[in-house]
Amino acid sequence: MLSGNEAVALGAWEAAVAVGCGYPGTPSTEILEALATQPEVYTEWSVNEKVALEVGVGASLAGGRALVTMKHVGVNVAADPLFTASYLGVRAGLVIITADDPDMHSSQNEQDNRHYAIAAKVPMLEPSDSQEAREFTKLAFELSETYDTPVFLRMTTRLSHSKSLIEAFPGGEPVRGTAPIAPGFVSDPGKYVMIPGNARRRRVAVEERMNRLIADAAAHPSNRVEWPTGEPDDGAKAPLGVITSGIPYTYVREAAPDVPVLKIGLVNPLSPQLIADFAAKVETLYVVEELDPVIENQLKAWGIDCIGKDAFPAIGEFTPAIVAAGLGLGEPSVGIEPALSVPPRRPGLCQGCPHDHVFLELRRKGMLISGDIGCYSLGVLPPYNAMDTLLDMGASITMAQGMDIVAPAEQRGKIAAVIGDSTFAHSGITGLLNAVWNRRDGLYIVLDNGTTAMTGMQPNPMSGERMGREDSVSVDYELLAKAFGIPEKNVGMVDAYDTAGISAAIDTLAERSGVRLLVVLGLCLIEGQKLKRINKLDGKLASRKELIFLNKVEGAK
Amino acid sequence: MSDVFNVLMVGVGGQGIVLASDIVAEAAALAGLDAKKSEIHGMSRRGGPVFSHVRFGERVYAPVIDLGQAHVILAMEPMELLRWSAWARPDAAACYLAEPILPVGVDEYPDGLDAEIDRLFARVVRVELGEIRRTVPLKVRNTALLGAASVFFPLEPLYVQQALEALSPRGTYEANQAAFDIGRGLAEQQLSGVSHVE
Repeated sequence: MLSGNEAVALGAWEAAVAVGCGYPGTPSTEILEALATQPEVYTEWSVNEKVALEVGVGASLAGGRALVTMKHVGVNVAADPLFTASYLGVRAGLVIITADDPDMHSSQNEQDNRHYAIAAKVPMLEPSDSQEAREFTKLAFELSETYDTPVFLRMTTRLSHSKSLIEAFPGGEPVRGTAPIAPGFVSDPGKYVMIPGNARRRRVAVEERMNRLIADAAAHPSNRVEWPTGEPDDGAKAPLGVITSGIPYTYVREAAPDVPVLKIGLVNPLSPQLIADFAAKVETLYVVEELDPVIENQLKAWGIDCIGKDAFPAIGEFTPAIVAAGLGLGEPSVGIEPALSVPPRRPGLCQGCPHDHVFLELRRKGMLISGDIGCYSLGVLPPYNAMDTLLDMGASITMAQGMDIVAPAEQRGKIAAVIGDSTFAHSGITGLLNAVWNRRDGLYIVLDNGTTAMTGMQPNPMSGERMGREDSVSVDYELLAKAFGIPEKNVGMVDAYDTAGISAAIDTLAERSGVRLLVVLGLCLIEGQKLKRINKLDGKLASRKELIFLNKVEGAK
Repeated sequence: MSDVFNVLMVGVGGQGIVLASDIVAEAAALAGLDAKKSEIHGMSRRGGPVFSHVRFGERVYAPVIDLGQAHVILAMEPMELLRWSAWARPDAAACYLAEPILPVGVDEYPDGLDAEIDRLFARVVRVELGEIRRTVPLKVRNTALLGAASVFFPLEPLYVQQALEALSPRGTYEANQAAFDIGRGLAEQQLSGVSHVE
């Protein structure tokens, strides 16, 4: 049994992928972690999703199959290279995983990334179980090379984190295929250098490619029509039919085992022929898709009558019962109802988290807290109630700047940004640069716990390790600040356990002008346990103590 | 739909729900059945409730259990059993560790949980911590509960044992197997006279 994420990694490995890169983000993280266990594949956690996609495009152009993984909001970060990578095309296959999060289990929004495939003119496949995740990954690489395009594979949380059986390996062992393209970059500026003149020509090539794909989509092996009780005779119609894709397909089959289904694997582009043929053979056509009415709207644009969001929710995940109710096939069952109600068990910072004190201090001091993405986002919840804004990766530092520009005098000295170490490296550093360049005032606090904890302990450029716990650089906050021209007295490092020191450092730095950077060092407890097991804990703690000793906040008690 | 057996496993973070549910799904696969399981990792679960859906049968489509469809709920904590009871069928069995864990920010644990659980569920196996505290190390308590709940599974114990052997972290198989047997023994004792679900 494999999870959807593990199955993608297996499929990529079987497809002789050469490079795997991405930025951790639930629910996508486990794909690269699984791939990283395979020595034949170069894997890295990249600084952010834009970087990861660009590394992937480069690898593809140099002739190595590349898998780039990210969560749905990560594609926003990678959108800049994405739209033009579509024009460049590929040499070896380039597959981008977008792991969407219907229901927002671990995300700040619920965006439907099928829109990206349409907007960037990139084909997209969507599997519905682990075996399909494995197969579609291989199909995605083939599609990429056949049509000279990056290809999206869309996962969702429920698919990524569910386990199901995969087909046995022939001969008992997994077999790594042979790369169809030999490594080597072949210069072709007209295709790979997107100045306007070249881009105009490639724009035409992209359009032709999509038209070719539309024509071929009906026969793509990821699409199939199921007539469980037999296909109707010519001219006859089944009373009910369903068009669906991805994990909702499993709910449709669960709720209505006998209903005819057009299961779409290639969700972009859709095949008008396939859909029209199916629609002609059913009386009432339903479109069952989570989130936005992407398939439904396309059908309606083609003049094909169907029922979609009038019967099914546009928000959140489906269940078999939701699908059954939408299809008019019965009411959801009701479970046992207890007479006793139990209090909620809210998520929160781990008990004993070294960084809880910062939140308590900031709240006690009445600061306005511009927050960011990571475990510490949970600082917004009781008992801390210590976060006023949270937008996207890196926005803590930059939103604090915008607030500071217009805030009245009594608020200005009270604004603090709070950001984790991995998020700081991802997109906080550019915000910090913006602040010093524009001569802003601001107190920016990095909560450095030595790892990317929220997604399960991935290394980052501040942590001293890269993928696979290989030793690597750890960016020196003080030297970074120095290079940015932040005065030495405005830079401080404090031990997360030094409660008096944190309080004094915040007081001291809050009163100063210009950009101030405070780094609170407290190793994640879970990461500490892991380091201990591999005999790395003492070294890590020693190096952090040294930093704190060197960078005490001047003037703090 | 009707031939699929649904096991919902719930608890709080760090109680080994995910591994225990992997073992059930693997056991079903070893028995030649189709199986799927589903859980959610990530932010919403940090310090919050943890759950895993396991489904097995001739053909399993959806990886999730609908409301009112679980045949068995295994809970590592009493309050969590009640929290998820809406997923239980009217004839569901419950198996739980009777060791309350107070949620952060809550001062008083609700009274009367055991009685309410007895009222709601058709069959109940209650494992008191005192019964296993000395014989089952903390790290394999999940396996003891799994052993207790396994009396309700339509699976030969042999397959569960094999899955346990395949999935136990290195060096822990013997402890896991012992815990499983202790849990199963306790359940059999409690239910003696009551026939197993087949």
